[in-house]
Amino acid sequence: MPYVANTDQDRRQMLERLGLERVDELFADVPESLRYPELQLPAGKSEFEVLEELRSVARRNSAASDVRSFVGAGAYRHFIPAVVPFLSSRGEFATSYTPYQAEASQGTLQSIFEYQSMLSALLEVDVVNASHYDGSTAVAEAVLMSVNVARGRRRDVIVSDAVHPYHREVVRSYSDRIDIRVRGDERERTAGELASLADEETACVVVQYPDFYGRVPDLSGVAEAVHEQGALFVVHVDPVALGLFRSPGSLGADIVTGEGQPLGIPVSFGGPYLGIFGCSKSLVRRMPGRLAGQAYDKEGRRGYVLTLNTREQHIRREKATSNICTNQGLMALRAAIFLAALGPHGLREMATLCYHKTAYAVRRIAELRGFAVHEEADTARFREFVARTPIPAAELVERAQAYNVIPGVALSRFDPQRTHELLVCVTELDSRADIDRLVDVLSRCHEGNAA
Amino acid sequence: MRISSGRPGVPPPLIMEESREGRRAVDLPEPDVPEAELPGRMLRESNPDLPEVSELDVVRHYTRLSQTNTAIDTTFYPLGSCTMKYNPKVNEMAAAEPGFAQSPPLEPEEATQGSLELLYRLQGALCEIAGFDAVSLQPAAGAQGELAGVLMIRAYHEQRGDAGRTRMLIPDSAHGTNPASVAMAGFEAIQVPTDRAGNVDAKALREACDERTAGLMITNPNTLGLFEQQIQEVTRIVHEAGGLVYGDGANLNAILGIVRPGDFGVDVMHFNLHKTFSTPHGGGGPGAGPIGVAKHLTPFMPGPLVVAEGDPLPWENEGVSGADGDRLLDGNSTAAASSEAASRRVYRTAMPPRSIGRVKAFFGNFGMLVRAYTYIRRLGPVGLRSLAENAVLNANYLKALIGDVYPVKYNRPCMHEFVAVGNVVEGIQTMDVAKRLIDYGFHPPTVYFPLIVKEAMMIEPTESEGRETIEAFAETLRRIAREAREEPELLHGAPHVTPVSRLDEVSAARHPVLCYGG
Repeated sequence: MPYVANTDQDRRQMLERLGLERVDELFADVPESLRYPELQLPAGKSEFEVLEELRSVARRNSAASDVRSFVGAGAYRHFIPAVVPFLSSRGEFATSYTPYQAEASQGTLQSIFEYQSMLSALLEVDVVNASHYDGSTAVAEAVLMSVNVARGRRRDVIVSDAVHPYHREVVRSYSDRIDIRVRGDERERTAGELASLADEETACVVVQYPDFYGRVPDLSGVAEAVHEQGALFVVHVDPVALGLFRSPGSLGADIVTGEGQPLGIPVSFGGPYLGIFGCSKSLVRRMPGRLAGQAYDKEGRRGYVLTLNTREQHIRREKATSNICTNQGLMALRAAIFLAALGPHGLREMATLCYHKTAYAVRRIAELRGFAVHEEADTARFREFVARTPIPAAELVERAQAYNVIPGVALSRFDPQRTHELLVCVTELDSRADIDRLVDVLSRCHEGNAA
Repeated sequence: MRISSGRPGVPPPLIMEESREGRRAVDLPEPDVPEAELPGRMLRESNPDLPEVSELDVVRHYTRLSQTNTAIDTTFYPLGSCTMKYNPKVNEMAAAEPGFAQSPPLEPEEATQGSLELLYRLQGALCEIAGFDAVSLQPAAGAQGELAGVLMIRAYHEQRGDAGRTRMLIPDSAHGTNPASVAMAGFEAIQVPTDRAGNVDAKALREACDERTAGLMITNPNTLGLFEQQIQEVTRIVHEAGGLVYGDGANLNAILGIVRPGDFGVDVMHFNLHKTFSTPHGGGGPGAGPIGVAKHLTPFMPGPLVVAEGDPLPWENEGVSGADGDRLLDGNSTAAASSEAASRRVYRTAMPPRSIGRVKAFFGNFGMLVRAYTYIRRLGPVGLRSLAENAVLNANYLKALIGDVYPVKYNRPCMHEFVAVGNVVEGIQTMDVAKRLIDYGFHPPTVYFPLIVKEAMMIEPTESEGRETIEAFAETLRRIAREAREEPELLHGAPHVTPVSRLDEVSAARHPVLCYGG
C-alpha cells in the first residue's frame, strides 16, 4: 500500500502484542451502522500513472502552452532566481512544522527572523511578521487590529476603491457580521479625500500603493490627516515596487500589509502566497500572528524563538488577537532567499525595468486608434495600467486568444459597468518584442480581422 | 566578518552579517525599451538595506540553515495533533507542472480549464471522503476554515430570523483556534466539560443547549485521541436544540474510510490538507483548510466554487448527496479514458447565492490543493482506509509499549494519537523529557496540550512509520524515564547536541528583538 511502512507480518506482531486479532477491533467506538462506507472514488494508481494524469489536466491551462499573458490583477509573473526553488524545497525546510521546539528548529526560526529583518528594511517599519496567508487576509486582519487598537470603540473603516476588489470583499467578509462598517469605496477618491472622511468613529483608513490600477498615489500628508482624527493609516503595498518608490514607513503608515507573492513565489493559480504584515513598535502587542525573536541560551549563544506568544490563540484562546495559527514559513523563506539573491541593487533594477516597460506599453497602446490610457499625464504607473478599449474589453480578450495572447483582465470581471476597460500588466519578463506583439494583436482584434 | 564555520548543524551568522558592499548574486538585463522619466519626488531616497552577497553565499547560507532543522525528511516527528506524515515527492512534481505553477489566476476561465478541473475533482473527492454535499476550497488554513464555518452558521441562523443564537459550545479539550475563531465571528464561546471516559459530557452539553445556542464545535476523534463514543447522541442534542454542529477536521486521518463526519451529524467541517492529505507543513505554512458542508449550508459557502456545465448547482441539487460518481471520474477506466471524459466537460466558477463572501483572494491555496489531489489519486479508497488503520495501529502499539512508564488516563483503544503524562518522577517535567528526546534524534511530541491533561505529552506516530521506528522511540522514552531517576541533570540540561541549548524565552519576550539591529 502506498505510503504505509508496516508489512503484513509487522501488523500481525503488533496486533498480537495488543492481544487483538484484527485491526477492526480498534474501531469498536465508531457506530457500527456507519462503519466502513464504500467510498465512490477511483482506485489508486501508480506514481507514473498519476503524474501523467495530472500532467494531462495541467495541459488544459494556457500556461502549459506558448500563450503570452499580460494578466496581473494581484498575481504577478516575476523572475524567480533558480536558488529560490532549489533551496526552499529542501526537505529540512519544507517538511518541518511550526518551530515550537526552538533548539531543533533554528533553520526555520532564523530564516523567519531574516525575512522579518529584510522586510522591515524594505517597508521601513519597526516590526514585520511572517504569519499571514496572503495580501487579502492581511488587509482584513489589519482592519480587525485597528478596531482592537481602539478597544472596539471605533468601528468605522474607510477603504479606498483602488484597493483590490477581492481584498475589499475579504475585508467585508471579516467585518460585516461583527458590526464593523466598511465605507469609502462607493466611488473613486484620492487618498486625501479618503482621509477627510475620517472622524472620531474611524478606526483606520486603508489605501493600496501602488493601487489596483497600477497608479502610484502621492501619499504625502495623508498620514497626518488620518492621525488627526485618531485613526490608523493602513497602507497595502507591492514589495517589488518598493525597490524604487518611497516606503510606506516613510509615508507615516501605522500598519503595512502587502501581497508577498512577487518575491519569488509562482503565481500558481492564486496560491499559496504570503501576507506581508508590519506595524510600528507601539502596536506590536496587538499584532496578529506569530513572531520570531532573538534569544540567548545559558552559554550565551544567540538563537531565535517564537516570541510574544501571549497574544495568540493557543494561549489566549477567545481573547487572542486573531485565530491565526499559520506561520507562513515556507513562503517567507522563499521571499528571504529572493531578497538575499537580488540584494538592494537587484530589487531596484527589477522595479525600474517594470517601470520603463510599463511606460513603453502605455505609450504604444495610447497611440493605437480607438484606444486610450486615461488619467492625468503625470500619474506614476507601476507594472500595470488601465487601457480604454474601442470594443468591450472582454470581447477583446476573447479575440486575442486566436493570436495566443491574453492581453489583460477585462475590468467587467470585477464591475459589470466597466465594459470598455482592460487592465494590462507588464513586468521585467516581457521583452520589447513581446510588448510590440501585444500592441499588434490589440490593433488586429479591434480591426476585427481575427484569424 | 565571514565567520561561518561550515560545520553542518552549526548555524551560519545572519545573512545580513555576511553582506559585503558591492557583492551580487543575480544580475538583470539593461532595459530594451526607451527609458521613461522617473518621478523624482516619489522615489525612495536610498536603496533598501538588504544584504549584498554572492550566489554561492546564498546557497551555503540557506543550506546550512536547513541543516539545523529537524523535519519529517530527517527525523521521526510524532507531534500530536499535527499529523506529521510523509510528504510524497510526486506531489511536489505535480504542483510544479508549468501548467499549474505558472497559471495566472485571472486569465479567462476558458484558458484555465485545467486548474478548474483540478479544483472540481478535489471538491468531489473531499465530499465523498467526509460525507458532505459540497466543498469550498477557499480557506487557506484550518483556522480560516473554522472562521468561515462559524460565519456560515451565523448567516444560517440570521437567514432564518433566529438571530438570538450567539453562543458556541466548545469542549474544554478543543484547539485554541476554536474559541479564537468563535470570537472573530462575534460569538461567545461556552466551554463544555469532558467526562470521565474522555468524551464530551453529554449531560452538561444537554444543560448548556438552549435557544441561544448557535452550535457546537467538536473535534472527533478528539484531542485526547479518542473517538467520541456518543457522537450521534451529541449531534442529536445540538440539532434538537436548533444548533448546528461544526466539525474540526484536524484528526480526520484516523477515520479515513472508517466513518464519515457527515454521516454522524456534522453540518460543516474543515479539512487540514497539510495534516490528513500530506501537503508539506513548510515550517508552519502554507496549509489549506477547505470546508465541507451539508446541503442546508451550501447557499452560505465562501466562494467561488467550481461547477461543471450541465451539473445542478449544489444549492439547487435537491436530495442528492456527495456521492456523484461522474464528478469523481470513473475509477475503472484507464487514465487516458478518464482524462478524455473529463476534458470534454467545461468548468466555470459560481458564487453561492447567500455566500458569506470571499475569505481569500482567488481560488484558495491552489498549489496545496494539487498536492492533496495527487495524494488522493495515488491511494484510492483502499489506500485511504489503510492509512487510517495503520495510523491507529501504530498509535495503539506505541501506547502499549510505554503506557506502564508514561501513564495514559483512558483505558480504551486510542485513535491516531494518545495523551500520556510526562512528569515521570518528582522534579522532572514533560518539557525535560521532550528536550531529552532531541538528543536521541527524535522530534518531541506535542507537549502541554490538551490543556485538560496536566503535563500532557501528545503522541501521534502516523502510518508513515514502521514497527522498528515505533519500537526504537518507545525504547528511548523508557531509557529517558530511567535517566530521569538516575541522572536527572541529563534531562534538565537537554538538549545537549543542538547548536543552541534551551533559549531564554522569558527575556526574549520581555525585551523583544524582532529584526536585525532592532
